[in-house]
Amino acid sequence: MKSKKNIVIISGILILLSFLLKYINADAFITDGLMIAASVVAGYSIAKNAIGALRYKVLGIEALVTVAVVGAIFIREYWEAAAVTFLFTFGSYLEAITLEKTRSSLKSLLDLAPTTASVYRDGKEIKVSPDEVLKGERVIVRPGEKIPVDGLIIKGKASVNQAAITGESIPVEKETGDSVFSTTVIETGYLELEAQKVGDDTTFARIMEMVEEAQDSKAPTQKFIERFSKYYTPGIMILSIFVYLITRDLELTLTLLVISCPGAMVISAPVSIVAGIGNGAKKGILIKGGEYLEKAGKVDVVAFDKTGTLTAGKPVVTKIQPFIGTEEDILCMAAPVEISSEHHLAKAILQETLGRSINIEQASEFEVLSGLGVKGVVNDKNVLVGTRRLMENENIIITLKVEEYLQSEESNGQTAVIVAEQGKIAGVISIADKIRDDAYELANRLRKAGVKKVIMLTGDNKRTAEAVAKKLGLDEYYSELLPEDKVSKLNELKNNSIVAMIGDGINDAPALAVADLGIAMGGSGTDVAMETADMVLMSDNLNRLPYAFSLSRATVKNMKQNIYFAVAVVFILLIGVLTKNVLMAFGMLVHEISVLLVIINAIRLMNYKNKE
Amino acid sequence: MKKVTLQLEELVCPTCAKKIEAALNKVDGVDDVNVLFNASKAKINFDETKIDSEKITKVITDLGYEVLNVK
Repeated sequence: MKSKKNIVIISGILILLSFLLKYINADAFITDGLMIAASVVAGYSIAKNAIGALRYKVLGIEALVTVAVVGAIFIREYWEAAAVTFLFTFGSYLEAITLEKTRSSLKSLLDLAPTTASVYRDGKEIKVSPDEVLKGERVIVRPGEKIPVDGLIIKGKASVNQAAITGESIPVEKETGDSVFSTTVIETGYLELEAQKVGDDTTFARIMEMVEEAQDSKAPTQKFIERFSKYYTPGIMILSIFVYLITRDLELTLTLLVISCPGAMVISAPVSIVAGIGNGAKKGILIKGGEYLEKAGKVDVVAFDKTGTLTAGKPVVTKIQPFIGTEEDILCMAAPVEISSEHHLAKAILQETLGRSINIEQASEFEVLSGLGVKGVVNDKNVLVGTRRLMENENIIITLKVEEYLQSEESNGQTAVIVAEQGKIAGVISIADKIRDDAYELANRLRKAGVKKVIMLTGDNKRTAEAVAKKLGLDEYYSELLPEDKVSKLNELKNNSIVAMIGDGINDAPALAVADLGIAMGGSGTDVAMETADMVLMSDNLNRLPYAFSLSRATVKNMKQNIYFAVAVVFILLIGVLTKNVLMAFGMLVHEISVLLVIINAIRLMNYKNKE
Repeated sequence: MKKVTLQLEELVCPTCAKKIEAALNKVDGVDDVNVLFNASKAKINFDETKIDSEKITKVITDLGYEVLNVK
């Protein structure tokens, strides 16, 4: 890079000097000599690279430029020779600088990587490089420090900023038993961890590697362009031979060689993709390649898994309706019976009871009635907790008033659990998987981002599904689906639309794999999600989704602008050269400027933000 | 079989990446080459009985590209 800069300066000065001397009518011997000197200064490294490549039987653009320049000197077009070498070197220097900018997102992320780790070794605390920490070693992290490994907290408590992984800068509270990621930062607190994943195995390192690979994986449009340019260069070379044989015009022939590498075209797609994927990576959106960017830009149906994606995935007690006594009385009856149950609804009831600081003592004569509920004896009274069927089986009468209440709760998406004491219904506990706060506006925002239909696929019952779909304003829902039903439903949808599936990445792995675009939520740390999904939202935040779609659309648009522009330049140049309106130096100038414009256009994507 | 990752100077055109790939593929002992244009990295699988990472590095410097580090 530095030597390139020097070459540009020296050859530029030589060319300028030559012009000045010509202006004051100096001897042509001197002015031409200066131009030749400029060509040699700038041309030397081009020729060296050309020969280096030829030694490995590779014909590069450098070889063509070298031939053109030698030819130009041979036909005494010294200015053309000097200008071509100067522009070629200067152009690639500027391209390197601007390209670095399009690639800077990933570099700025890589720079976040921790540089030291404090570990306990032989009873002493020492500082080592994060790569040298051994698995299972005890690592100490203090406020303001970066966590150097993926590990399990064995001592301490801290508020951790996970922005490097999730893109979310609001700190998360972590304590003993929780896992933490390398490169996240402790804002306050103190942690001692057991190192679990070190060096290149950490989540951070793997994300970086995936982004790196993704930025270089090719989009379909790009493959087409590459095929085109693969034939374009040899095509122009053959054309130039014919042109020479027919016209015997050496200058025209050499000019054709100069424009034979469609620089702007080959770079048009990669620069847009690197900028787009980089932009996403900084915001915790991992896009696994150009192909998926293009697909995300075309998605018209977005399908969601319900549990854990649109809802919190943890059922909670939403309402208690006592028919006898108070809400607390109902919990005092139900909790002692539920305490020995493994059922997820039981957990919700216990959590609610503990949340109200009510002591729970285990019921006696406890019995689980599979699929129906539980029963037991609390304070010498028979207690039943469960479904309608359980009550009917035990000959307990459900009054009209209770039945009406049950139906209204159920149509509202709640699971209603009946509590009975001594043969009489005492109350109803409503339990629901709460809809996530960030899910409410989602459907609208997705439609604004260009999605036509937002649907939900769930294994849950129809009534619950309907209630959730209605609350969220979804277009359609499909309920009571087994994992394999989800797959066949997606295949059906794929027949006439491009479908994205959003799930947690673990239970939904088959659905994510079969969808045109599989998106895993909150994928940080879970290997399955990162492997199967085409796009991973590292933070557990649905708000990132519309952004991911609009960023993809913007990237695809940017890429298309670049490609159309580059193709137009190639044809205009070709026509210009063949009609002798474009000479060698000007041809090179147009070529280099078009490459720069394409890069600059891609840089705009770096600063892309959602307009919302 | 060994794997080496070379960090190259900023690659300016995708054809440079292609060129490096083509040249390395013709070297005896090199099994698999992947040059990442945007990352400016070359990932190479090679047979350590036939070639070493220094020789691989030399091929790239011969082509006119700087190798910044070897990993």
